Amino acid sequence: MTIRRLWIGLTFVLFGLLLGIPVVRIAIGAFDGGWSGFIDGVGRPEALHALMMTGMIVVIVTVINTIFGVMLALYLVRANWLGTQLKRLLNSIVDLPFAVSPIIGGLMIVLLLGPDAALGALLNKAGIDIVYALPGMVLATLFVTFPLIIREVMPVLQEIGASQEEAAHMLGAYPWTTFWRVTWPSIQWSVVYGVVLTVARTLGEFGAVLVVSGNILFKTQTATTLVYQDVENFNVTAANSVALVLAACSVGLLLFMEWVKSRKEN
Amino acid sequence: MHVEVTGLNKRFGEFQAVSSVSFSIAKGQLIGLLGPSGGGKTSILRMLAGLETPDSGDIVFHGQRVNDLPPQERGIGFVFQNYALFKHMTVEGNIAFGLEVKKWSKAKIKERVAELVELTGLSGFEKRYPHQLSGGQRQRVAFARALAPEPQLLLLDEPFAAIDAKIRHELRSWLREMIDRLGITSIFVTHDQDEAIEVADEIMIISKGVLEQKGSPWEIYKDPKTPFVASFIGESTIVENIASLKGFQEAANWPGTKALIRPEYIEIGKENEFTLLSATEIGQVSHIHFRGSEWLVEIQIGDTKLVTYRSLEKDVLKVGDEVHVLVHRAYLYNEQNNWVMENALKADLLSVYI
Repeated sequence: MTIRRLWIGLTFVLFGLLLGIPVVRIAIGAFDGGWSGFIDGVGRPEALHALMMTGMIVVIVTVINTIFGVMLALYLVRANWLGTQLKRLLNSIVDLPFAVSPIIGGLMIVLLLGPDAALGALLNKAGIDIVYALPGMVLATLFVTFPLIIREVMPVLQEIGASQEEAAHMLGAYPWTTFWRVTWPSIQWSVVYGVVLTVARTLGEFGAVLVVSGNILFKTQTATTLVYQDVENFNVTAANSVALVLAACSVGLLLFMEWVKSRKEN
Repeated sequence: MHVEVTGLNKRFGEFQAVSSVSFSIAKGQLIGLLGPSGGGKTSILRMLAGLETPDSGDIVFHGQRVNDLPPQERGIGFVFQNYALFKHMTVEGNIAFGLEVKKWSKAKIKERVAELVELTGLSGFEKRYPHQLSGGQRQRVAFARALAPEPQLLLLDEPFAAIDAKIRHELRSWLREMIDRLGITSIFVTHDQDEAIEVADEIMIISKGVLEQKGSPWEIYKDPKTPFVASFIGESTIVENIASLKGFQEAANWPGTKALIRPEYIEIGKENEFTLLSATEIGQVSHIHFRGSEWLVEIQIGDTKLVTYRSLEKDVLKVGDEVHVLVHRAYLYNEQNNWVMENALKADLLSVYI
């Protein structure tokens, strides 16, 4: 009994040290110069622009990942025409971003689509910038967050099996109706959960975005890369302020996630 | 709906699930697909439904080839093995689904749902969700849902497999009655021969993807066309050396012939219980088992072991007792042929007595 308490206590201490104290430290740091210091830090034009960039990436990445994530999950679980070998291959490719460091992911995009690469040069001529612009940053974040929704939805699809969908087909429902009336109600909370994870990951993404964006002020700087730059410039209060905004978003998402989890289990 | 199937084949990888199956089903019949698990019954059913594409062969409904028709357009009701009810919809919602998809008017849907709820005895459960129902109720919801869009053909995949034995019995007769009342052509898959014999107008025995025999339960019992059917339907013991038994010496004319003898083909008893004593063998009781409504008796005659039943009204036998054994008939088979042979002595003696 006492040993169990000791372990529980130790776990709390560890979490406090790793999570609690840093957040408190950021909050204190942000309010070093009182409210005005915080407002100055967040209200700087470059901070507003960076937060807007992060917001845009979150929206675009989440929309794209939700649509394609659900689609790919459906194909990987249901499509018999794909063949077992191909499915296995695709299934392991889905996990690739988990195994590859985000920075390397970003680097791959630079190498493939950068101005020095053939494809990148071609697009550049056509007036489309990928690297050191928003499309590249979206691509990099897509790469990093790609598995999150798929890995949430696939087990649920596997568990419910195809028979409800087949029953709907026998009753005259075509695939689109079947998806919305039969499949979606079963997977909706898993999708929402995956979306929350995607948003959280996108908000906090640093490595891949840093490589791809070039961290150009007022152009491709995001909230995380701005914090990085502020720290480099010893602008600690401003860094803490932006970091606090990101941390607040994370806490909000975490609470929302808990609520979704309780819905998912019902 | 009249169903005609010719030369149906289906292969899953290396596994031949269905091979050259052909049959036809008249309108209004209730057909049982019977066979061991993994024998291809469900594959046949799923191909009829359009959920599986045959590698070759034709499926014809009402004279129209439906191979290329998607399941949505075949007008078939399907009851799945585990019912596959839409778990986020109520009983009403489940039954109405097929009608909503077909864009029936609200009033007509309401009427039809009420009718089916009444028919399946689900009144009072309309607002319940599948997880709030018992197995038998779920089965009836699945049945009502499949019937709602007025299908021409009803397919049922192991409809009673997930229900406990006692309710299964009730549901069987309920289903039989319901299908009689509606006059809908129905095909159901089962691995339980009692179920098939009790419910079906005609049985198709399927094993290893091959249709072994099609016929009424009585025909199949009485006149099995293949050794597999003979051994699968009813109980039986295989006798290697049938020519050694009295009345079957003639079997020695066909070397390599074995026999299958059902318990009900055999009579046993004391000397005074037989009029044709000369046609009987003498054997020894080697085992007796109480079966609830009768005795199951194992008898040893030389090297041959036979199994039969004995009424509880007759004298109780003991292990080691000597009894007279009369084998009325045997089902003989060899590599080329199979036929039923009556006990020769029995027939001869009868004519002498008369």
